Amino acid sequence: MMKVFIPTPLRSYTGHVDEVDAHGSTVAELLVNLDRRFPGIRFRMIDEQDAIRQHMRIFVNGEEVHGLDSRLTPADEVQILQALSGG
Amino acid sequence: MTCKSHVCRTVREVVDIGIRIVHITTLYQEKWPLFGLLCHSVLRASVVLQFNAPIDKQGGNQMNTSDKEASTPSTGAVALLIATRKGVWVLKSRDGRRNWELEGPAFLGHITYHIVQDPRDRRTVLMAARTGHLGPTVFRSTDNGNTWKEASKPPAFRKAAEGEKGRVVDHVFWLTPAHPREPNAWYAGTSPQGLFRSEDAGDTWEPVRGFNDHPMRPQWCGDEAPEGTPDGSKLHSILIDPRDPHHLYLGLSGGGVFESTDKGGDWKPLNGGCRADFLPDPYPEYGHDPHCVRLHPLAPDILYQQNHCGIYRMDRREGSWRRIGENMPKEVGDIGFPLVLHPRDPKTAWVFPMDGTEVWPRVSPGGKAAAYVTRDAGQTWQRLERGLPQHQGWLTVKRQAMIGDAHEPVGIYFGTTGGEVWASTDEGAEWMCITRHLPEIYAVESAEIA
Repeated sequence: MMKVFIPTPLRSYTGHVDEVDAHGSTVAELLVNLDRRFPGIRFRMIDEQDAIRQHMRIFVNGEEVHGLDSRLTPADEVQILQALSGG
Repeated sequence: MTCKSHVCRTVREVVDIGIRIVHITTLYQEKWPLFGLLCHSVLRASVVLQFNAPIDKQGGNQMNTSDKEASTPSTGAVALLIATRKGVWVLKSRDGRRNWELEGPAFLGHITYHIVQDPRDRRTVLMAARTGHLGPTVFRSTDNGNTWKEASKPPAFRKAAEGEKGRVVDHVFWLTPAHPREPNAWYAGTSPQGLFRSEDAGDTWEPVRGFNDHPMRPQWCGDEAPEGTPDGSKLHSILIDPRDPHHLYLGLSGGGVFESTDKGGDWKPLNGGCRADFLPDPYPEYGHDPHCVRLHPLAPDILYQQNHCGIYRMDRREGSWRRIGENMPKEVGDIGFPLVLHPRDPKTAWVFPMDGTEVWPRVSPGGKAAAYVTRDAGQTWQRLERGLPQHQGWLTVKRQAMIGDAHEPVGIYFGTTGGEVWASTDEGAEWMCITRHLPEIYAVESAEIA
């Protein structure tokens, strides 16, 4: 299990909890796990071609990841953030 | 000019009228101050937008009402469902459309492209939305807005094969209930252009492969074109022949009008006679830019379209489009986005001309706002300006933002990109601003309440 920070636009899926526990050995698995617990959350941040949406960002231990294949360990901290997207 | 903008004065008034909008606490964790209603649902949804009273009829989806319904004027109260760049509002009138009350916002901050009530069951409401950060989705209510849920499988293109360039839905742009004989089916059009169908009242959506994977689709949609239409290419104006659920039309901006006679399995261009003066060949088979296409429910062989290159009408028995906008005043032109049909008279249509000269300002020509109506199938047009600003009135009305109701005389409504809603209860003879200061209005649909 690892800590995952949830940004405000996605907290309607987590009951307004800003940090949840999830597991997975890759970012892709982590997102599947999150979606199983919070149905619909994955598609709002990952498109149908498995790309991170333009205005979403995923950081692992403070480093941004750009694909879903990045490896994870239980000690990692994952932050899902919203990018700037205009007015 | 007068401008009336109200909020409901009492809870009783709201309940009497039969529409409520409250925020469910699971998203915003606050009470709707007007009603003080706490969330009574476990749904992960944000809004209650409730039509307590049964809906008589919805004028905004005339192609799906029965002939009997469409030919009988309504007398009920009217509600206008307003989708904006920042959420949803509702305007309603229960006193013969004299006074209007504004309720909302609901889904504040969501970019809402279309909100449509199903005229077949009068309980289901679907809304297309996304946010600045989050991907596209459809919210759905099956109890007249009492509770909302997100679609468990929103419209999405199929996953691309290895080495293939995949497509991604940016937003759901258009929602249309399917034929009355298919009571739970809906169609959705997206940007970029894709067609999707739901068999379960909007909960799960599947691509219509006959269009999305049609071998000609990339050419029709101009996938390789260096620029798209502003805010992305659109699939819109999904029309169902009331005589045959297999007979469909759709509009592509750009691409043209297309027809299917096998429920979307195959498609053919239907653009003969329509001009595309932005292409080297001004009369191509496809590549046109229909802004809004309408089919008359009582005369399904009659089609109208407000096109990038003018106003057109087609009688399917003749087989090609005729530019009826040529009969508009030359100083006004026949460029615009929306087009509204009279629910009971196939020869009557309203448009809202906008400046399509030089660099395409897309505002009322000369700053003098007016709608135009034809009552003889486009042979002549009458200017409808009374009440609208005739000095410094630079209005822009999007293709989904003008609609009629089913009353007699017909009410005509439009919302502007400047956040105003204008109404006429006498078929456009006189206009009144019934609310202002809303965000940019994307769509207006009418509904009627008992």
